[in-house]
Amino acid sequence: MRRVAIGLLAVLALSAAAVGANARSSAQAAGKAENLTIWVGWSARELKAFKSIVAEYDKKHSDINVKVVGGINDDKITAAIRSGNVPDIVSSFTSANVGSYCKSGAWIDLKPLLSKDKIDVNMFPKTTQYYTQFNGKRCALPFLADVYGFYYNKKMFKAAGLNGPPKTMSQLTSYAKKLTKRNKDGSIKVAGYNPFLGFYAGNAPDLSAYAPLFGAKWIDGGGKSQLSRDPAWGRMLKWQKNLVDWYGYKKLQKFNAGAADEFSASHAFEIGKLAMMIDGEWRVAFIQAEHPGLDYGTAPAPVDDAHPELYGAGYVNGTIIGIPKGVKHKDQAWKLLKYLTTDSHPLALFSNAIRNVPTTKASLNSKEIKPDARFKTFLQIFANPNSKTSPITAAGNAYGTLIQAFTVKWQAGHAGDLNGGLKKLDKQIDAQLKQAQAGGVP
Amino acid sequence: MTPWIIGFSVFFGYPLVMSVYLSFTHYDLLSPPKWIGLANYKYLFNDDPQVGSAVKNTLWIIAVFVPLQVVFAYGVAMMLARARRGVGFFRTIFYLPALAPPVAATLAFVYILNPATGPVNIILQKLGIEGPLWFQSPGWSKPSLTLLGLWGVGNIMIIFLAAVLDVPQHLYESAELDGAGPIQKMRWVTLPTISPVILFSVVIGVIAGMQYFTQAYVAANVASGQASQAGDQTVNNLGYPESSTLFYPVLLYQHGFRFFNMGYASALSVLLLVVAFTVTMLIILNSRRWVHYAGAVK
Repeated sequence: MRRVAIGLLAVLALSAAAVGANARSSAQAAGKAENLTIWVGWSARELKAFKSIVAEYDKKHSDINVKVVGGINDDKITAAIRSGNVPDIVSSFTSANVGSYCKSGAWIDLKPLLSKDKIDVNMFPKTTQYYTQFNGKRCALPFLADVYGFYYNKKMFKAAGLNGPPKTMSQLTSYAKKLTKRNKDGSIKVAGYNPFLGFYAGNAPDLSAYAPLFGAKWIDGGGKSQLSRDPAWGRMLKWQKNLVDWYGYKKLQKFNAGAADEFSASHAFEIGKLAMMIDGEWRVAFIQAEHPGLDYGTAPAPVDDAHPELYGAGYVNGTIIGIPKGVKHKDQAWKLLKYLTTDSHPLALFSNAIRNVPTTKASLNSKEIKPDARFKTFLQIFANPNSKTSPITAAGNAYGTLIQAFTVKWQAGHAGDLNGGLKKLDKQIDAQLKQAQAGGVP
Repeated sequence: MTPWIIGFSVFFGYPLVMSVYLSFTHYDLLSPPKWIGLANYKYLFNDDPQVGSAVKNTLWIIAVFVPLQVVFAYGVAMMLARARRGVGFFRTIFYLPALAPPVAATLAFVYILNPATGPVNIILQKLGIEGPLWFQSPGWSKPSLTLLGLWGVGNIMIIFLAAVLDVPQHLYESAELDGAGPIQKMRWVTLPTISPVILFSVVIGVIAGMQYFTQAYVAANVASGQASQAGDQTVNNLGYPESSTLFYPVLLYQHGFRFFNMGYASALSVLLLVVAFTVTMLIILNSRRWVHYAGAVK
């Protein structure tokens, strides 16, 4: 009896395997869906929006099932590539890392795929072309850009008797002083403008958001750091320190410690604790979702008094997207990547949802882009010829860490002589870049 | 023996040899390592502007935190050894923080010590004292981390407690007969008897000080207000504020995992190994003068 049972089980198992094999082969013949995984940095509301963009594509393509994984950062991307267990498409918010991804081949070269499909990269604006390649090797494409502009609280402006946003840094300082309110003990109740480096994205301590506003250039024609030789950096840091000192360094620190997280609904600007700020275009969508009643305006950020012609420019960077080495479904991944980055439809829809700037010239003028006067400011800044991104180097954004180490000491009054400090910083950055270019460190 | 050899080779020997090899290469984690000779070491000793602050901060932790930790753990153990009532309760209370995961404990301390909204400064303000900026100030960030460390001293405290309870009573009795007071009893009876435990906690403390990472990493990210930006690494908060919490392992992590520079990070780790080994040997050699082992013959 036992033998019969075992025999029956064996027959059953064999036939089940045969049925399984048949099912697989017929599914393959019929082009049954392959699972495609895409990793993105977005989370919460923005991730939901991205998923709906992908779902639209998914529906039209029966050969694939796309799985979107959010909240990804570059540590996870690197770990996956090293382990060989990679998703089909990866994206990163840290465009500075494109140097590492392209140089190492960790993200595959997209040139052959672009040429095969006759896609001209000039369909992307110049700045975005720059931060998606390294030394001519294109391993990424831009997928929506971030553009920094100026936000101001109209109600507070009215109460202070101010008409329209400031256009120069000296105006910004005087407006900031007018709009600031203090408590009885001298602590800051409402900051007119918070210039503290490290406070929210507009004050990144590597000075990236301020550089285009002063026309400051990081690297000279010979590839050397020129922070001490380009007087714009000195003017920028002096302006910033003067305003920090007016508030009081310690008072600003205390204000910052009490301010809510940048990506929470209690963001200082959104709840009226901050009257003006430099921030990315995404804030338009955050305010719409979190405080739709806030009476605010957007404009290009004020510029260096010595260069009024720069008004209209701003800092640009963005999300980079590519295909990792070891990808399992390269053709399908490329098709989806091509759709997301070059087709105006998903770019416009996603831009409407998260209010990031679309990254092809055609999509910038797409009729599908929902008109919004506040968001339009950022499209104009994006198109401004003086808008800039920070340099992509073999050392990634490591030079930013050195700049930051100096600037945070400077604003605290611990850096001593400005020009001497900048000269030292130039030497440090040059040493870092030299090593990186020689295949050394970092 | 064999399982031990396998474990030792796989988890210690191989990584050690690879670290030494990688320290002579440029290795970005993604493409094969490229031999560059001593370039990493040259950059480490001559050009890297961050190494100086990282070493200073690490020395601070070793020089200030480690002795404080030993004294504090000893003090608490002595109190617990003398307690007459509620011994179990107090032992649990003092040991409990050691069970808190380091990340959660650090988050809690950054919250409690928030200069604007934290309860500590609010209470201080009510008493008419302007509280410090704690994790936001370069002068107070390391003392804040020290407070956090002292709060979680339970593991060492429990070892001290066992050692203190193990001191033979007859030694105290004979010291008393010789007219010794409490301080003399501590100096001539307690400390010599528990000296192996002191040596152990100093060595472990110094090594842990050289590897100080988790609390510094979390505190810097949270205190700087940037921890929630999951993917955005454009702002480097490691060492916040003003590089005051940039400890040597944090620097190592930054180069290895933020800048994809594992070759250089390996050079940093080799130096750490050499220094840790040398310092440990010096402490152990020096300990021969002050550590007494029960039953040892000199």
